[in-house]
Amino acid sequence: MCLAIPGQIVEVHEDGTDLATVDVSGVRRRVNIGLLEGQSVTAGDWVLIHVGFAMNKIGEEQAREQMRMIAILGEDEAALEEVKGYNVDRIDERGDTRGGS
Amino acid sequence: MKFVDEFRDPALITKAADEIARLADPGRTYRFMEVCGGHTHAIYRFGLKDLLPPNIELVHGPGCPVCVLPMGRIDDGLAIAETEAEGQRVIFTAFGDMMRVPGTRGSPLEHKARGRDVRIVYSPLDALKIAQANPDRHVVFFAIGFETTAPSTALTLKRAKALGVRNFSVFCNHVTIVPAIRAILDSPDMRIDAFVGPGHVSAVIGCRPYEWIAKRAGKPIVVSGFEPLDILQSIVMLLRQLRERRVEVENQYARVVPWDGNVPALKAMADVFKLRPFFEWRGLGFISQSALALQDAYADWDAERRFAVRGVQVTDPKAAQCGEVLKGVLRPSQCKLFARECTPEHPIGALMVSAEGACAAYHTYVHRRTLAAAASASASRENPSWITQQASNA
Repeated sequence: MCLAIPGQIVEVHEDGTDLATVDVSGVRRRVNIGLLEGQSVTAGDWVLIHVGFAMNKIGEEQAREQMRMIAILGEDEAALEEVKGYNVDRIDERGDTRGGS
Repeated sequence: MKFVDEFRDPALITKAADEIARLADPGRTYRFMEVCGGHTHAIYRFGLKDLLPPNIELVHGPGCPVCVLPMGRIDDGLAIAETEAEGQRVIFTAFGDMMRVPGTRGSPLEHKARGRDVRIVYSPLDALKIAQANPDRHVVFFAIGFETTAPSTALTLKRAKALGVRNFSVFCNHVTIVPAIRAILDSPDMRIDAFVGPGHVSAVIGCRPYEWIAKRAGKPIVVSGFEPLDILQSIVMLLRQLRERRVEVENQYARVVPWDGNVPALKAMADVFKLRPFFEWRGLGFISQSALALQDAYADWDAERRFAVRGVQVTDPKAAQCGEVLKGVLRPSQCKLFARECTPEHPIGALMVSAEGACAAYHTYVHRRTLAAAASASASRENPSWITQQASNA
């Protein structure tokens, strides 16, 4: 769990939630960008994600490198499962997470 | 962007390996500890040991959060999961890594099978969201992890407080890496020449907290990335320091790790957490100021204060030698239970659960290969050896 997952910012939500939508290998989820306070975050930026939070901004090449690394370690499926599991904006009234990606 | 499976820069790997062979003094041995479980996983996956001269030993460190959590804390957490709050069952949430870690009376997953409301979350924010969606029930988040994860818990707690979500609390098990390194250096049976420092923990805390390792303990440390080339380059940097009699903190992973760390993350941690006077670590015992608890301002969100947590202490199965493996005294295969009673499918110790645990990594990448090569005469045992061991010790 200390291997952070790279993703690309798709949209920063200016609604006071500190959330941004990221794309990780085609999976789109909202993550918190509160730890990037003081840095400009815009669509197209690459970030390292850990437990639903963007930890830091990285370059595109580093993002690809990290993605390759996760794949070689056999953790790519688990990483995508983790990202699919970020349900901060997708939990319904009963508290169950909705299926699908 | 797709996940792709290929090695990068084999020529650079060879070059780094040659440089290591050139720098290593054949007249001595080197023991380097990689602190982080992610490094341990990569070292086994890439067979990096095969690229090193035999007099360089890589010793696996305590940087796997699931592995260092003592069984008593798991029992305490699961006792909370069995509690009712406001006449309703507690919803107990934890990361997937925790689900198969054995407590005295089974893992969180086994508690779920027995009817407890145990749910996997991938982010502490999701646990908070479940609390918001279930206002008549109490939701507990089992927080684990080093400084990589602690800021996320801190921001989640700040959000819970700001939103006034009262049916949410955190069972805090966050630990800090530097006191663990100090405990290892203080351990009489330990001899480490230098450290490969953790990557993503350092992205949060930066490199300054390691300066005492160089200054006071006199051991070089290089903060390293996770690619094979990163790890080999870090070993080159350590060997250069030793050869030139320098003792410094160096940052091989500067493309991700700022020297001063992530300032907003450190601030969030300082706002929410305080240091515990001491905390128990599996294998390392009680280490002073090595873990985080919630500050008084967050008492209402502190599961340890809301629920009567007994603070149980449990000894690990006697024959399991998780502690020795965690400290780097034993290699995984030297534990009596390794690949016999304790396997990734049926873990007895936590080091066999997480992919970052030294035993699981060793089992996946070394043991299975060895097994495929040699036909094993696996005579079935009537009793697991650790039970007979316990009986003979009694």
